[in-house]
Amino acid sequence: MLTYLIRRAVNAVLTLLVVTLVTFGIFFMVPKITGSDPALLYIGKTADAASVEGIRTKLGLADPVIVQYGKFLKGLVAGRDYANGNDVTHCPAPCMGYSFKTDQEVFPLLMGDLPVTLSLALGAAVLWVLIGVSTGVISALRRGSLLDRAVMTGALAGVSLPIYFTGLLALSIFVYWLGWLPNADYTSFFVNPLSWASGLILPWVTLAFLFAATYARLTRANMLETLGEDYIRTARAKGLGERTVIGKHALRSGLTPLVTVFGLDLGALLGGAVLTEAVFNLRGLGYQALTAIRGNDLPVIIGVTLIAAFFIVFINLIVDVLYGFIDPRVRLG
Amino acid sequence: MSIGPEASITDERSAPTDDPAVERALEEKAIAGRSLRQIAWRRLKGDKVALAGGIVVLVLVFIAILAPVLTKLFGHPIGEFHGDKIDPTLGTPIGPWGGISREFLLGVEPVSGRDIFSRIVYGAQTSLSVAFLSAFLSTVLGVIFGLSAGYLGGWVDAVISRIMDFLLAFPQLLFAIALVSVLPDSMLGLGDRWSRVLVLVGVIGFFGWPYIGRIVRGQTLSLREREFVEAAKSLGARSPRILGRELLPNLAAPILVYTTLIIPTNILTEAALSFLGVGIPPPNPSWGGMLSDAVNFYRYDPMYMIVPGGMIFITVLAFNLFGDGLRDALDPKAR
Repeated sequence: MLTYLIRRAVNAVLTLLVVTLVTFGIFFMVPKITGSDPALLYIGKTADAASVEGIRTKLGLADPVIVQYGKFLKGLVAGRDYANGNDVTHCPAPCMGYSFKTDQEVFPLLMGDLPVTLSLALGAAVLWVLIGVSTGVISALRRGSLLDRAVMTGALAGVSLPIYFTGLLALSIFVYWLGWLPNADYTSFFVNPLSWASGLILPWVTLAFLFAATYARLTRANMLETLGEDYIRTARAKGLGERTVIGKHALRSGLTPLVTVFGLDLGALLGGAVLTEAVFNLRGLGYQALTAIRGNDLPVIIGVTLIAAFFIVFINLIVDVLYGFIDPRVRLG
Repeated sequence: MSIGPEASITDERSAPTDDPAVERALEEKAIAGRSLRQIAWRRLKGDKVALAGGIVVLVLVFIAILAPVLTKLFGHPIGEFHGDKIDPTLGTPIGPWGGISREFLLGVEPVSGRDIFSRIVYGAQTSLSVAFLSAFLSTVLGVIFGLSAGYLGGWVDAVISRIMDFLLAFPQLLFAIALVSVLPDSMLGLGDRWSRVLVLVGVIGFFGWPYIGRIVRGQTLSLREREFVEAAKSLGARSPRILGRELLPNLAAPILVYTTLIIPTNILTEAALSFLGVGIPPPNPSWGGMLSDAVNFYRYDPMYMIVPGGMIFITVLAFNLFGDGLRDALDPKAR
């Protein structure tokens, strides 16, 4: 078990390292392709040549790529000093540099947006797992019934509806037409839990609907496959009650594959629910990423990509560890 | 590929299907003398829902191909402004339902008064060409890498599998947005519309190949050990022949199914990128771009949001229905 854990952890760190390399490499190439000068982006077009050169030296933009990448990695792990002669700025670890646009340190800037994305993703995740898995299980147990067909039709429609459409529909119906809900808005949970929930309920439900549809289909398919297995027949044949057969035998192996999918989905969302945040105007990581991309703010783009990759890799690591406990076969593999 | 919609990255489609060859052997015992293609076609014909999906898909393809003709017959040029159809103080279309009339079948755009019908029809062209071409690219890459990994094994398999894992663990949507937004607007002498289509095809197709690749690899791994491959080897067949003539035909069914099923995902991704403003550049029409414009107007003119959103929904649903039906027809055990 321990070697399994260590192997997974090393794997995760290596993946992250590759992500930093690819991200840094590509976005370093970008200014070359578009012909823009990062130093100019940082200081503004009106600056005189001397201060542009000053910034170039200070940010180390004149160094070879590999040196810049090395410094970037060092900054992430240990922090770094930007120096031009006597003008020294210290950027504490994990240092992702400074925004070209607002001059803010990237890491604290992004950490400020994290609670929004975290609230959005976790709230929706609770909803979609509850709704998706329960309807999926019920559908599988009553295969072919009216309920099953209704759920599956709904689910198929759900997976075909993009959030940038359902989000706008939900806003126009529940906020502007019926007036049942306030417009989506983020208030910190610690300031006012009630307005935290009421401001996020619409994004939660809309996002959860989309995922619940996929999970219902997935759960149903897995459950049906499991219910067809020999050991389920054996369990029934030896006289176990239906409740025990389903609850103790079928659910466990029927739902295990869902853990992987859930990890991937949650990880991807935590790095910024770009579309949801764009539709509902929530200032989370995804919104920040969009703003940075539109403004050509390279350090912020790199920062968001890294944080997003971190979440995906981290959650997958947790899933791998969980699997080691749930599914004994994995440990040997 | 699932970088577009914030929907599940892996859904039931990526679960490995059962060995099609086993399936065929069983069927042949039951119904003598029918090929897999005939059996699948019979099953598909019986599946009304899937057929309906397939018909809608065909209609959409015709709409896309005939876009210039349809616009000429029933619409107005895509860039033509119709200020007289717009309420000058509010900027919204005159008349109920977003200005739908005999002259403007799907109404007019707020402020500019452009014909929505023509823009939807041309949007179908963009949407479908991006979706089909990127699905094709993903499939070609996925088959090449999946086959190599599964058949050659060893370090080739290790490297390719690691790359696939890496791509699947990558913040794809963010990356696609960033990448598309920095690439040049026009290139290769194409206009801004078609060069952006190419860029989208490249990005969406590239991030999509691991989904096909994983399935092809898994299938190849199990097929490689089977007797007919061994027989071919003992007759002196070389690797290219075994790959092309022995393995590939047996992989045709899953490849066809999963290619069909990534098309709707690609449609959603293209629309998502256009919605975020990095897809097809205005004033060229695209469904996602229209939805993005609708954000400013949906409170006053909901039809302008419902028409492109509805089109995306219908198209994606039709492809999903057809793809599911195709999967059931080719591989009934997967259900």
